[in-house]
Amino acid sequence: MTSYLFVLLGAVLVNNVVLVRILGLCPFMGVSKKLETAVGMGAATTFVLTLACGTSYVIDHWLLLPYDLEYLRTLSFIVTIAAIVQLTELVIQKTSPVLHQVLGIYLPLITTNCAVLGVPLLNVGLRHGFVESLLFGFGSALGFTLVLVLFAGVRERLEGADVPVPFRGTAIAMVTAGLMSLAFMGFAGLDKYK
Amino acid sequence: MLQKLFRFHGGVKPAYHKEPSIREPIGAVPMPGELVIPLHQSIGGPPHPLVKAGERVLKGQPIGAPDGNVSSSVHASTSGRVKAVEMRLAPHSSGLAALSVVLEPDGLDEWIERRPVPWRDLPSSGVRDALRDAGVVGLGGAVFPSHLKVNPGKDGKLDTLVINGAECEPFITCDDAQMRERGERIVRGAAILGDLTRAERILIGIEDNKPEAVAAMERYAAAVGDPRIRIVAVPTRYPAGGAKQLIRVLTGIEVPHGQRSTDYGVQCFNTGTSLAVFEALELGQPLISRIVTVAGNVARPRNYEVPFGTPMRHVIDLCGALPDTDRVIMGGPMMGYLMPADTVPVVKATNCILVGSARLFPPPPPEMPCIRCGECAKACPADLQPFELYWFAKAKIFGKAQEYKLFDCIECGCCAYVCPSRIPLVDYYRFAKSEIWAREREKSAADEARERYEFRLHREEREKQEKAAKLAAKAAATREKLAAAKEGDAAPAPGAPSAEEAKKALIAAALEKAKAQKAAVGTPANTDHLTPDQQAQVAEIEARRAHLKEVAQSVRPKDDE
Amino acid sequence: MLAALLVMAVGALVLGAALGYASVRFKVEGDPLVEKIDAILPQTQCGQCGYPGCKPYAQAVAKGEADINQCPPGGEEGIRKLADLLGREFKPLSAEHGVEKPKSVAVIDENLCIGCTLCIQACPVDAIVGAAKQMHTVVSAQCTGCELCLPPCPVDCIVMQPVGEDVENWKWKYPVFTLHRRAG
Repeated sequence: MTSYLFVLLGAVLVNNVVLVRILGLCPFMGVSKKLETAVGMGAATTFVLTLACGTSYVIDHWLLLPYDLEYLRTLSFIVTIAAIVQLTELVIQKTSPVLHQVLGIYLPLITTNCAVLGVPLLNVGLRHGFVESLLFGFGSALGFTLVLVLFAGVRERLEGADVPVPFRGTAIAMVTAGLMSLAFMGFAGLDKYK
Repeated sequence: MLQKLFRFHGGVKPAYHKEPSIREPIGAVPMPGELVIPLHQSIGGPPHPLVKAGERVLKGQPIGAPDGNVSSSVHASTSGRVKAVEMRLAPHSSGLAALSVVLEPDGLDEWIERRPVPWRDLPSSGVRDALRDAGVVGLGGAVFPSHLKVNPGKDGKLDTLVINGAECEPFITCDDAQMRERGERIVRGAAILGDLTRAERILIGIEDNKPEAVAAMERYAAAVGDPRIRIVAVPTRYPAGGAKQLIRVLTGIEVPHGQRSTDYGVQCFNTGTSLAVFEALELGQPLISRIVTVAGNVARPRNYEVPFGTPMRHVIDLCGALPDTDRVIMGGPMMGYLMPADTVPVVKATNCILVGSARLFPPPPPEMPCIRCGECAKACPADLQPFELYWFAKAKIFGKAQEYKLFDCIECGCCAYVCPSRIPLVDYYRFAKSEIWAREREKSAADEARERYEFRLHREEREKQEKAAKLAAKAAATREKLAAAKEGDAAPAPGAPSAEEAKKALIAAALEKAKAQKAAVGTPANTDHLTPDQQAQVAEIEARRAHLKEVAQSVRPKDDE
Repeated sequence: MLAALLVMAVGALVLGAALGYASVRFKVEGDPLVEKIDAILPQTQCGQCGYPGCKPYAQAVAKGEADINQCPPGGEEGIRKLADLLGREFKPLSAEHGVEKPKSVAVIDENLCIGCTLCIQACPVDAIVGAAKQMHTVVSAQCTGCELCLPPCPVDCIVMQPVGEDVENWKWKYPVFTLHRRAG
């Protein structure tokens, strides 16, 4: 039981997918201007990533391994992820058109979000079981959402700040992201209590 | 029994400077040569002028009619002749002009007939109308029409009616002077307000730095002998005179954001308003003057009873402005508004004319960056976070400022008073508030335009359909007639008019009908019963129009072709 | 090799069927986004954006056919709000659609008006009153300043008058401090 907890916590904080593994930077910089969109993007990614981890485990263990087709792993994972993203997009368009419009190009781009492909592949590399895979995916997505929301909060405040002209916009956002990454390095200390 | 008192959050203790202006009793002001009475003196719609230039008015005669229910009447402050109804410099920080009645006093000071209002026998709506027509508004400075506040709230009764005599702002002593000299009327007014709002108890709150006023009011209250009324001395701390703050101190109730004090069984009136209510209902006198403190950079600060419309200059001259005077502020040093000139008139909102100089109020030191020390939040009596409001107001992120409850800010100035970076915080809040109001006005204008546009589209569509239906019906009727004519003709006489001739006859009939209609429409109905005067005017306009048509045709002859 | 092809083919079929079902199940009717965009537009119905009114422009923006910087009466403020809503970058007002002017209202010179009713027909918000051969006048509270009544007038008796500031609509200015150079 505790091992599951460690998988989850480790994925959220210690090995944060954005700030430590440096995956999924595109939406991290792209849709973190407003808190609302950040929450929406986080929710969408969480949905996609958890589902992707589950299905990719199933595909890997029931299709690819029995027929010795490991070389199709990346290809088949990407196809599944693309389908799930399409599904998510349809659902969001139905439930929240504004969020759909605001996420814009970033929503279909979840397909190419390296975090979404990276986490299922990491699952295979780390030899996670089914439940562990799901937890790892869910935890990574939570970590992604957490960082995205925190970052959006900071950026919303930055909008009112008296930032020197050359630093306005993406420059100051990059500096902020660097500082957040430094802060998350502090969680590495949690390893000691494993 | 001792009243249990509570504490409101924050507040400051500035130097009070109240003694100089309270040494002498309330003075009278000699009538100036000209009164400029702005029509819009209260919250709500601007009143409509009731008088024309050249008209003679009596003291207390209405000169401005309320615009709807959220508005208040305005009256002539003395008898005299109306010189003009025109735009005059308003006592407003903008330095803009507002529609005012310019009155030349005739020196007779002749009242209109004053009749007490039988308010005990009137329904509550009647009393409210009487107060509105007497021009009674909140005299603490907010000038909110009082008749809108005289209701017992949802429960049909109030627990507590608070009469606000705290008067917490430095320099101002008008309520103090009024309580000392005219306390009986205040107490009687409070009793009336208590009856109207069906209050169980009436608390008159006075800051404890005015012991004479407390003593005087206790005497008057004992003389009137209303068991509901109690005089309560409250600790001196600015802004104890804010309505919500005084309610908190006296009853312990904190009115939450977006709710009214009446929801909690409490209502609050200023002492001056209480007196005005008494005079309006018991004496039949409308609100035409008020007590004004003249203080600051003057030789003889004092309270005066000033008729509305008196130029501030006229009152300041009585007190002897010192030579280095460079500004006039309406209100106190914390919440007052800088006036564009000292010639602007005294209005219902003028509780104090604060004469300033660079020596008395040195220019503010330069603004430094906010260091988020939180002193302002500690001082804020409305429990806001002024540094956050400042952050968003400064960056013009108004939506966020509203989320931080900008509109709960009472602009008391405590935050700016304690700010170590000397940021003029209230200026930022006023800026943000007026920007938000402007946006809301634009929004509602756009909504109205959308509605009108959609209705127009709807109407055009409907007219089109109606026209089509009419045409179709007419065509059907004609066809039927033709068919009937054919059948009828065919049977009795074979040599009778053919179908074509029947058609011709129909067309002729239609033409005849159209001609008759045209003749009927020839003269519009609204010009039928006119006085000779109006007819002359019509003739004149027609002549001018004919002339213009000629001119237009001669100038642009080709356009007609 | 055959197994690989088969696996991919079956996978594609299954996923395709699922997506096809979802697209029917989650079909979107109407476009609530249009309402949100329309709420931001100033409703002058002036047509300067190249569309016959505010709503058609809103529809075009929602579809991505029109850019967000084509509304001169909305001004920079309006573009900023649209950019915010749609998550796009702010861009200055496009010059070909006009320039931002101070809010004004139409005023009919009643001495010149010949009562032709052409302006009444042109006004999108029915803010002009009058009848044939009678003098017309503009209800200024309802005038949106769209200028659509100017071209039809045969005697050019309509002028646009800027709405001035008065005590009611005056705004507090942004606090500004003048820095003085220290003597010496």
